Amino acid sequence: MKEIHFNDIADKVAQMCIDAACNLDDDILSALDRAIEFEKSPLGLEVLKQLKENAEIARNEALPVCQDTGIALFFVEYGEDVEIKGGLLNDAINEGVRQGYKKGYLRKSIVNDPIARRNTQDNTPAIIHTELVEGDKLKINFKIVGAGCENMSKIKMLKPTEGIEEIKSFVIDAVKEGGINACPPLIVGIGLGGNFEMCALLAKKALLRPIGQPSKRMEIASLEEDILKGINKLGIGPAGFGGSVTALAVHIETYPCHIASLPVAVNLNCHASRKKALIL
Amino acid sequence: MPKSIKKEIRIMTPLTDEVIKSLKTGDKVLISGVIYTARDVAHKRLVSAIKDKEKLPFNLKGQIIYYTGPTPEPPGKVIGSAGPTTSFRMDAFSPILIKKGLKGMIGKGPRGKEVIDAIKKYKAVYFAAVGGAAALLSKSIKKSEIIAYEDLGTEAIRRLEVEDFPVIVVNDIYGNDLYIEDTKRYSKE
Repeated sequence: MKEIHFNDIADKVAQMCIDAACNLDDDILSALDRAIEFEKSPLGLEVLKQLKENAEIARNEALPVCQDTGIALFFVEYGEDVEIKGGLLNDAINEGVRQGYKKGYLRKSIVNDPIARRNTQDNTPAIIHTELVEGDKLKINFKIVGAGCENMSKIKMLKPTEGIEEIKSFVIDAVKEGGINACPPLIVGIGLGGNFEMCALLAKKALLRPIGQPSKRMEIASLEEDILKGINKLGIGPAGFGGSVTALAVHIETYPCHIASLPVAVNLNCHASRKKALIL
Repeated sequence: MPKSIKKEIRIMTPLTDEVIKSLKTGDKVLISGVIYTARDVAHKRLVSAIKDKEKLPFNLKGQIIYYTGPTPEPPGKVIGSAGPTTSFRMDAFSPILIKKGLKGMIGKGPRGKEVIDAIKKYKAVYFAAVGGAAALLSKSIKKSEIIAYEDLGTEAIRRLEVEDFPVIVVNDIYGNDLYIEDTKRYSKE
């Protein structure tokens, strides 16, 4: 058994919250660089350069990249040989969120109840998905989920006979409809298969992949490329001011499903893709 | 600078009808002066105050509302990051405020027909700031003070003093819409 202490998890999570909010990863910065090469609209180009400048200011001054520092989302891979001392995993993560959002001057955007809507003042509770895995490690994937793009996400239960063309048009229509609000250029996460809730989870997990890294399955990678081309024909462009780069990448995750089902979920992510991972 | 990028227009608040008439969709504008922040719940409260004939926390005449909920200010800064939030959530409330004298709105994303009609009818303007450029935009904010609804935290109404706050005209009084026109220009569908 490997012992990991509650406080150690809380401290690391707190640091990770601040780091994710203020420091964009290389994958998104390089994706923005590639977009600058590709963008045809002068205004779109100007927006992309502003986003790079914004990332630099955020890093240098420890300011959040975006004021919407989101709901805190965690995907935890919990090794079977790990024992947490001093408390429960979820409590440790929430304690980390509480400390990190305070110490980092991040915005507290969570209300206690969808109807009563009282701000919890410390950005908890987080959303935590835990998977039991082999080994003696605890891997914590963290993602800041802002509401602007999350609100534009969609799910649909297609007929199994509808196939690829229907999937494509559902995704492209979702971007056409909500893409401007979601702060383009976007990263588009797609979940295919599973069931109702599983395909939404797959769409979210797709957003954790390094931006632009294709699916390992060739036919899925080619579908990703196809959909990306389709989205970039829409003309929405950076900030929706018109242009050639509406999305930076399309990522698809799949899972087997029922003979009668073809669930598809589209999770739009703004250009401020804020994610970090740590292994304890 | 490529030809198609227009020169920036500098304007001061409060906005007059002359300024509103001069602004066209696609114009790049730098705003200086006082603007007010308000988003979802603050809008709901402002509109119920109008309906109940209560005094508003600030006089709407000629003013600009910025849809933002900033991050808390770290020591030594006047405000944290402060980029625009999605505007359509304010669509049900904006026409009532425009009728009461509001002249400008700053946010991101398309507006509903009711807002676009009110913009034309009462002479107002809808600007977009770049979504997600929140650290950069905070540099144009020189002063910030909560003036109402402090209990709402980040959603409280703030009086901001801004210098050369960069926006672009989305909807002008002539019925033009940047999102529709510029998307069409680059669409290959």
